[in-house]
Amino acid sequence: MSAIDENHLHSDPGIDAPQGGGSPAVAVAAGPSPMQRDIARTIFQKGAPGRRAFMCPELDVPEVDVAELLPERFRRSSPPRLPEISEPEIVRHYVGLSKRNFDLDSGFYPLGSCTMKHNPRLHERAAALPGHARLHPLQDPERSQGALELMWNLQEALAEVSGLPHVSLQPSAGSHGELAGVLLTRAYHEDRGETRRKVLTPDTAHGTNPATVTMAGLDVVKLATNPDGGIDLDDLRAKADSDVACLMLTNPNTLGLFDPNIAEIADIVHGVGATLYYDGANLNAVMGLSRPGDMGFDIVHFNLHKSFTQPHGGGGPGSGPIAVSERIAPYLPVPVLAHDRDGRFFLDHDRPKTIGRLRGFQGNYGCFVRSYAYICSLGGDGLKDASEVAVLNANYLLARLRGLGVAEYLPLAYGELCMHEFVLSGGPMKRALKIKTLDLAKRLLDYGFHPPTVYFPLLVEEALMVEPTETETRETLDSFAEAIAAILAEAAEDPEIAIQAPYSTPVRRLDEVGAAKHPVIREAMV
Amino acid sequence: MLAAIGVASVDELFERQIPEALRLGRELALPSGKPEQEVFEHLRGLAARNTSTEDEVSFLGAGMYDHYVPALIDMLMERSEFLTPYTPYQPEISQGGLQVMFEYQTAISELTGLPVSNASTYEGPSAVAAAGYLAKLHNGRRRFVVSAGLHPHTIETLRTYAHGYGMEVVEVGLLAGPGGGVTDPDAWAEAIDGDTSAAIFAQPNFYGAVEDAEALSRAAASASGREPGEGPVVIAQVDPLTLGILRPPGECGVDVAVGEGQSLGNRLDFGGPSFGLFAAREAYLRRMPGRIAGETKDIEGRRGFVLTLQTREQHIRREKATSNICTAQALNALGGVVYLSWLGRRGIVELGELLLARTHYARERLAALPGVEKLHEQPVVREFALRLDGDVGEVRRRCAENGINPGADLHALTGRPEDRGGLLVAITERRTRADIDRLAEVLGAAVGASSQSSEAALAV
Repeated sequence: MSAIDENHLHSDPGIDAPQGGGSPAVAVAAGPSPMQRDIARTIFQKGAPGRRAFMCPELDVPEVDVAELLPERFRRSSPPRLPEISEPEIVRHYVGLSKRNFDLDSGFYPLGSCTMKHNPRLHERAAALPGHARLHPLQDPERSQGALELMWNLQEALAEVSGLPHVSLQPSAGSHGELAGVLLTRAYHEDRGETRRKVLTPDTAHGTNPATVTMAGLDVVKLATNPDGGIDLDDLRAKADSDVACLMLTNPNTLGLFDPNIAEIADIVHGVGATLYYDGANLNAVMGLSRPGDMGFDIVHFNLHKSFTQPHGGGGPGSGPIAVSERIAPYLPVPVLAHDRDGRFFLDHDRPKTIGRLRGFQGNYGCFVRSYAYICSLGGDGLKDASEVAVLNANYLLARLRGLGVAEYLPLAYGELCMHEFVLSGGPMKRALKIKTLDLAKRLLDYGFHPPTVYFPLLVEEALMVEPTETETRETLDSFAEAIAAILAEAAEDPEIAIQAPYSTPVRRLDEVGAAKHPVIREAMV
Repeated sequence: MLAAIGVASVDELFERQIPEALRLGRELALPSGKPEQEVFEHLRGLAARNTSTEDEVSFLGAGMYDHYVPALIDMLMERSEFLTPYTPYQPEISQGGLQVMFEYQTAISELTGLPVSNASTYEGPSAVAAAGYLAKLHNGRRRFVVSAGLHPHTIETLRTYAHGYGMEVVEVGLLAGPGGGVTDPDAWAEAIDGDTSAAIFAQPNFYGAVEDAEALSRAAASASGREPGEGPVVIAQVDPLTLGILRPPGECGVDVAVGEGQSLGNRLDFGGPSFGLFAAREAYLRRMPGRIAGETKDIEGRRGFVLTLQTREQHIRREKATSNICTAQALNALGGVVYLSWLGRRGIVELGELLLARTHYARERLAALPGVEKLHEQPVVREFALRLDGDVGEVRRRCAENGINPGADLHALTGRPEDRGGLLVAITERRTRADIDRLAEVLGAAVGASSQSSEAALAV
């Protein structure tokens, strides 16, 4: 049992009371320290007039008349009401806020579809080297050869992992890569004189897939899921026609299952002249074991902040490179990284069939440094090991839950084994124990775990999507399984324990409906 | 573990799930793994082959700027609690990150003078394209009118997106000559009609010039011929660091302000990650892209924060979402709000005035050199455009040999014939008077040598 779990399971008095059968409300008194429970005050409510941290460099050029250089109609009349605060106060404020966050470095984070694997600190050190961190994006290619070579090497590695030869690192995140992919598909068809309107997406797809299709000006057509959790081939055959531009697929899919019919799916899709798009959110299951290019996919996006361990930063930055087959390559976003015969790298803007740019400059280079460091550290064999252990860990956790009798209340939604993640249904739990998946998730917070992804995919009742990743130990998986079992046992005694949870967090359940009904999205100024 | 699962080997897990024909059956053709110290040395070696802003005196800007990043930002951005969580889907254990978003939104709202801000988008140019999509959703019209003063990457990005969501992009040129450098007001008014979905300009523009934002906004509204409030969505791409001294877009009739946030406490990183800011009038709140943190209370009445208005978003609304964005730039936005707190209410004005003074000094000093002239006479804040009598590529190479990067080659970025000979020079607080004087010396010599060599070439 890891330190954090021990702390929460045994030392945290916040959860003693429910286990003792007392009123859950009693537990609160002995919860977190008073500091964590302080009423949240924003930085705009701290400091005092005239206080400051910044000392401006001296004016070493002749003084200017601001009013003369900048006519009044262009000038700001009063300063923006930013904080007036000293450096020590800023540090205390944000360090204080950081303590109100749960994070991957503190404990298990089995958030399905998000691949919360360990973030090695080497990557931060390497990315912070001035030659990387302080390199201007418009530096001449001859004076940024190290950066361009790093990008080239990363592209080569991603091409090998995906089995697709041409890579663009430009997209800023997975959904940006998806947009690139759908626009590439459009450009491909348009170049052939075809206007195809439809993009097929399974009903298990990530929400970004249909949202992207709409943004790219095409229409979503949903595909049904078969009883085994894969694409319903009859439905696919019925909907695959000459107006279909693309099928977007995740494989393994969001149920954690590898679709064994993928070769046939590819044949059907290619048979009507459409492209096959691979949502790489679940690539962590198959690195070095099976390649999207070999499965028949034409376009893949990678989430460097998932499989390739770029830290997620509480909601970004991410990075969403794409890899494509030969027939899609002419349309890749500009600039395209290239090299001359002497091996000197340059950025090629002369690509007549390109879809254009998706953003400024070359992409999130800081993320490239980290993911490249990861690939160098693991190597080809290590990436395969990572996927093997990710799948082993997921199946072990699934088996462990079964062994503890959890499956009666939280059965596996589809299949028997799983890839790197699995989806449980909380339906039986809801009926038998009167607690919902949300309650289970909130109670897990008291046990010191980040809950799995909940209520996704949508076709599973009360879904709970668990992705342990390869960087967790067997001990952690055991303690997580035991916590789930303990929560179910508690619920059998008294469902209110979970329904009222959490007790030990900086705040308890929050009124999300009220927040959306009367949005307050900025601090009021006095 | 295998026994618990009931399989004989890890291979069996894959054999039973992936058809044999689809299993790779060989090792990846990648080098094998290496110890940490070797990987570090390799990455250090690559870094050493780049000329960073530590290795030369750089006047490069054109979208990203070499501002000083205070040490406390490194410390806070590297804290595990901010660095390693996912998006705050469980608010009870994410109050820190959610409150940071709320504070960030407040700071951006204050800077821009617009009441609502999201918690960040990817970066500058794609934020403009996202704002265009908002306009399309808002009024369903067919056309964007864009100023040629936008960053060329912005125009290219907007065109890419607009082709996707089916919009026409009409570009309006800048005025030429000494009084030029800003959006041509007549062409602007002429291009905008009742079918214009959004009118988009940059403040300051790509050439460093301060635009008359209020005039452009007002002209957009009247030129559309529509009822008040029914005109095109006026979108400004702004540079947040200049908003300590420039009139905020919200006071100039702008509806949506977007921009690149890198200059707020984020490093250059060869172009990213940074963040895109996105602020708007209240009417657009429910069509904003990306995460928004909102204030609420917990069941015991304690103040808390949640992700709110999620019915806009892809994970709820799917194909009807107002954007496909999921992961954005939370950590970089943290850097932004910490930086703004560190600068503070007075600091952002003082820094703006320092940049104004040094930029003015540099512009006059350089424009006085033989063979160098201003591309325009408009007010500038921390970047300005020059025209050189000589080959800009050659001038830049000569300067580089003397440890100076004199700025960006305008024509190489825009491809516009009128930008031939153009140099875009950026001044940050890290560039002292001594640096500027040294630039003048080196640039003057380089332009002299370049124009001589081109004359010689002509004589031959």
